[in-house]
Amino acid sequence: MIPAFIVENSPALMVIVPLVAAFITPFIGRISHALRSLWVGGAMAVTSAITLILALDVYATGTRLYVFGASAASMALPPDSGGIPIRIIFAVDPMSALMLVITAISGFAIILYSLASERSYSGLESYYTLYLLMITGILGMVSTGDVFNFFVFLEILSLASAGLIAYRIDGGVAVEAALKYFVLSTIGALAILVAIGIYYGEYNALNMAMIAARMQFSLLDQVALVLIIAALAMKCGAVPMHFWTPDAYSMAPSSITALLVVASQASLYGLFRTVFTLYNLSLNAVTVGWLIIILGVLSMVVGVTMAIPQKNVKRLMAYHAVSQTGYMLLGVGVGLAVLGNQSLLDAFGYMAMEGGLFHIINHAMYKGLLFLTAGAIFLRIGTYNLNRMGGLGHSMKWTMVFFVIGALAIAGIPPFNGFASKLMIYESVFIFNPVLAVIAMVVSILTLASFVKVFHSIFMGPRLPEYAEVKEAPLPMLFGMGILAVVVILFGLFPTIVVESLITPAAHALVNQGAYISAILGGA
Amino acid sequence: MRMSKIVRTGANLLYPFIIIFGLYVIMHGHLTPGGGFQGGAVVATAAALVIVAYSYQEVTGIIRNVAMKARESVGLLLFIGAGIAALAVGTPFFYNFLANSGLLFGMPVPFGPNPGDLNTAGVIPIMNVAVGIEVWGGLAIILLYMLSSVAKEGS
Repeated sequence: MIPAFIVENSPALMVIVPLVAAFITPFIGRISHALRSLWVGGAMAVTSAITLILALDVYATGTRLYVFGASAASMALPPDSGGIPIRIIFAVDPMSALMLVITAISGFAIILYSLASERSYSGLESYYTLYLLMITGILGMVSTGDVFNFFVFLEILSLASAGLIAYRIDGGVAVEAALKYFVLSTIGALAILVAIGIYYGEYNALNMAMIAARMQFSLLDQVALVLIIAALAMKCGAVPMHFWTPDAYSMAPSSITALLVVASQASLYGLFRTVFTLYNLSLNAVTVGWLIIILGVLSMVVGVTMAIPQKNVKRLMAYHAVSQTGYMLLGVGVGLAVLGNQSLLDAFGYMAMEGGLFHIINHAMYKGLLFLTAGAIFLRIGTYNLNRMGGLGHSMKWTMVFFVIGALAIAGIPPFNGFASKLMIYESVFIFNPVLAVIAMVVSILTLASFVKVFHSIFMGPRLPEYAEVKEAPLPMLFGMGILAVVVILFGLFPTIVVESLITPAAHALVNQGAYISAILGGA
Repeated sequence: MRMSKIVRTGANLLYPFIIIFGLYVIMHGHLTPGGGFQGGAVVATAAALVIVAYSYQEVTGIIRNVAMKARESVGLLLFIGAGIAALAVGTPFFYNFLANSGLLFGMPVPFGPNPGDLNTAGVIPIMNVAVGIEVWGGLAIILLYMLSSVAKEGS
């Protein structure tokens, strides 16, 4: 059905297609704007399709290797290399595949939305070029099996994101937010580069599997671990390194904010990949696990308490994004804390990790949806200020429906997907430590309270005279939001299917370091 | 905003030599120190030189923004194209299918000390050329944008 050529080369094609499309976009834009819309929409659709094909293939047949520049795609160890993987390798295991699914769905929904929401702005050729580069960066980060290659894709992502955050200059405020993001990203990337230098100096390898196989957990490795955790926790917006998120998330165009959420998840993936695949049992799992749990709890509590008093709807949502990241860190942190103990891992560790990973995909869907609704409202009334909104439920019915779906999902109300993953986290974390579970539930209640307030001030009340002429958002935007809303509902209605087919393989792939190493280095 | 006649004449004289030297560094990237990025940066300094010596309005007549943007995209597309060509011949992305093939840049490298043959290394020189074109365009655009704000302040 699907040509073998595409399946075989899908890891490369999913990066090639957006890259080539990105650099042809400026030329196409000179011909006609409609053609450019068609071009970027088509390119993104093809990218998503290839990505999904690859992800399904990985779930069906196991870890896929793609060795760049080798004479055969699966030849990780050249015959004359002495058993060292010298080339850049994409190693797509079920954990990577989970991230690929997220990127494919969000990326396609958001480009549909962008085609309508950005129509009236100038500088669109750079917008779409950078958008496709962001997609390339995310896809590369989550598939690569090479630490230096990870750094390269992280930089591609950071540069493209910084450009897009500053895209609506907005009297310089957006540029300031972008500069803040860019400086912090660069500092984080340099920390990662130093850590990579440490690995290279110590183990003579940049390949993740090779480093993992040789890992000794010396003092230098501890330094590298600290650098990577600090940098990637900053990139995913965990408290106390969250200060860039409200600025960047609120100043970027809403479509880009939704993609920035996915980008943060990719950093989170990098964090988990480092801790579980590079180090795994060689590190002190209890200490590092608790470190991640504490980061998570801090993010949950600080994020939600900072969100409640916000007047700008996107800043409010940005703080909620920080808070939700905390759930993922909490879930996976609990899994890490019991990593050495097989009985505890079976009892609740896997479930906590699955909850955390499930929350990643759920969060990308409902938080993306919420940011997109905020963008639709901004498009029609031109403000993000909650005090100046009201009565929009009369005119923007579909946007209101999508907002309600997103808000109920983020607050963890059944039957939406947020409930499914949060329930898994509550149940498993409660066995680990009841206090943590109680904190998580309180944060969830505060989230609900906050979104009830937001819902009321945006949509409820009488129709305001200044918004009498407001119309519903354009159709492509509604389609984009609709895709995410459908995913939110489906994942909430059939959580068992999703967990069994997508999440459990990912969690096991993350824990099972030996399988990852032997997939690349051969049966070690 | 233009400099004295001595500077302008000097810039005129040096301009072709800087470009030739930059192109030499790009072309010999696989044999000598340097490569696409370094050579591209050298070529872009030729643009910097005329920008310093002449006024913004005069320079934009010679070094056009659109042409430089086109160079940027073309360079990147050529680079990826070299990688995709490997897919077309049935090998993984970025496989060096030209090396030792006897075609373009396809001569085998002689064993032992030798002066270096330009016609070797397969797709690597092609990628060097691509990076050279891209860096030339990219750096020239950065310089032009910086100068355009100076020109606005001056007027």
